[in-house]
Amino acid sequence: MKFTPWSIDAASAVLAATCDKPGPVLISLQAIQEEFGYVPEGAVELVAKACNVSRADVHGVLTYYHDLRTSLPPATVLRICVAEACQSVGSRKLVSEVEKSFNTRMDESNKDVELKPVYCLGNCALGPSAIVNGELIGRATAQGIKSMTSVQVSS
Amino acid sequence: MTSTIYIPKDSAARSIGADHVAAVIEAESAKRGISISIIRNGSRGAFWLEPLVEVETKEGRVAYGPVTVADVESLFHSAFHLGGDHRLSLGRTDDIPWLSRQDRVTFARVGIVDPHSMADYQDHGGLVGLRRALSMEQEEIVTEVTQSGLRGRGGAGFPAGIKWRTVMATVGEHKYICCNADEGDSGTFADRMLMEGDPFTLLEGMAIAGLAVGATEGVIYVRSEYPAAYDSLNRAIEIAREFGWLGSDVLGSGIEFDIRTRIGGGSYVCGEETAMLESIEGKRGIVRSKPPLPAVHGLFGKPTVINNVLTLATVPAILAEGAQAYMSRGVGRSVGTQVFQLAGNIARGGIVETAFGITLDSLVNDYGAGTLSGRAVRAVQIGGPLGAYLPVGSMNVSMDYESLLAAGGMLGHGGIVVFDESVDMAQQAKFAMEFCAIESCGKCTPCRLGSTRGAETIEKIMLGEDVSGNKKLLLDLCEVMTDGSLCAMGGLTPLPVRSAMLHFGEDFDRRARV
Repeated sequence: MKFTPWSIDAASAVLAATCDKPGPVLISLQAIQEEFGYVPEGAVELVAKACNVSRADVHGVLTYYHDLRTSLPPATVLRICVAEACQSVGSRKLVSEVEKSFNTRMDESNKDVELKPVYCLGNCALGPSAIVNGELIGRATAQGIKSMTSVQVSS
Repeated sequence: MTSTIYIPKDSAARSIGADHVAAVIEAESAKRGISISIIRNGSRGAFWLEPLVEVETKEGRVAYGPVTVADVESLFHSAFHLGGDHRLSLGRTDDIPWLSRQDRVTFARVGIVDPHSMADYQDHGGLVGLRRALSMEQEEIVTEVTQSGLRGRGGAGFPAGIKWRTVMATVGEHKYICCNADEGDSGTFADRMLMEGDPFTLLEGMAIAGLAVGATEGVIYVRSEYPAAYDSLNRAIEIAREFGWLGSDVLGSGIEFDIRTRIGGGSYVCGEETAMLESIEGKRGIVRSKPPLPAVHGLFGKPTVINNVLTLATVPAILAEGAQAYMSRGVGRSVGTQVFQLAGNIARGGIVETAFGITLDSLVNDYGAGTLSGRAVRAVQIGGPLGAYLPVGSMNVSMDYESLLAAGGMLGHGGIVVFDESVDMAQQAKFAMEFCAIESCGKCTPCRLGSTRGAETIEKIMLGEDVSGNKKLLLDLCEVMTDGSLCAMGGLTPLPVRSAMLHFGEDFDRRARV
């Protein structure tokens, strides 16, 4: 995915569209992340100013929501559903196979790949489910996930 | 002659290749000079048949499935676009027993219509309910919904009409209709399917609610894990405005009602209604103390109706067909239909909408055909991560609010997750606590700390450390969480834990690994 490089001007343009909406803090942070791929440190003060709230308020929202991130995502982002319905069809095994296959650990990220858990993708009759770079996969296998990515991993 | 072919655009169908199948069918038809028109409908909800391809014929739609890219050439060879016979033929879609035995009210149009065609929507009974509501007094609409017996489908089962009456009676210059589309329970996907497959129904239900209580603004809070549902709703809202049934003058009545969407931040507890309000207000999703009830002091402090997607999406049918038709279904105080969701380790998973009162056995074994793995069923979790684990011995329970409560469970949002005999119930109990620890909003102590201590204690039991002492401690902790938590997150997390200990005690009798 292509993101805009961080700049205060670009951020101000993004915030102009969100800051006058009712309850603007979360949607402003979401808009920033959509534009830049993450919420850079400098965004907190800008959002606070634009929404007329304190920096502490913005920080509180930023650190509350699992979706909001403070660093750029790597090229490959993998999310595997680890909630009950997918557990019942082997998501625990899938996680360990994907960890091996990508030489990473759950909840860790390196410069190439990030593996994160997700709790339900609403695809519970076709589990285990995963999201590979934004694409939902049903009946996921480590091999299938691997084939969808171009990550070169030294084993 | 152009053949009309339906290929679902539902996220679940796409997750196993529906887009690829559609693209290959398109390309193959061009290659062969066959004129086809592809409609991307919602899913019928029979997921073991997805991608399910349907063709319009004189005898009605005929179905083929599950179709893979590799089948497309042979499908054309069999002239499937004219309804030709093929190895994957399922006959007329309406005659597939799994579907024909159901009683679809809320899901009447899902999988049948083009989700964003107003013509389709109206041809299949859309807007009839809203038009009728416009001819009624507020009081009459609320009475109709109350009499239908419709209860909140989000999980709590609170009578929708009573909630609406409170909001109607509360004085306020601005009121809101909030739709809770933060469907986070594992094993549930009905809200998502409806928003993707028949979004107009939800909008119509919200408009009716708005008329009934005197609200002019609706907000739909969609979880971020459902991007396709979010897009589908936004597109449907645009179309509804173009057709003049949302906006400043609903169907020429002079009444205002408009809807906007908000997307969540990946927080499970924001499905709790007051945490959801906080999140819509742009704040941390921290649960509010009740009272005041959201009906009186809700979004931005205004009187607010909060209903689940399925609750609101059932309202148009109730207004169109009358309360009597709806309440004639079901058992006892659980009237109408429930959209059950068969999930997890199940051979034939998907949506089963039927009147309350069907047995769990019928859902899991008749509809579901047992486990996907082919091994014996061992446990069934009903109602999401906060729902009880029931053993095979409970399979005859009637699926309604009261019977499930009596059996030590809860219906929740109607999700049914099946586990085979390979499941370790101590591990499942530990997960329930871990999930609570991850998703707790942190406001109250029993939930915030209890969940972490609970996971640790189950870990000790699993390692065989002072098993009887730790089991006692765990039950004590469960009691504190149940009685002392502010909302269902901490209050119901003990339900899966206790039910696992009660019904699957052998999994907790670990010996110390020396």
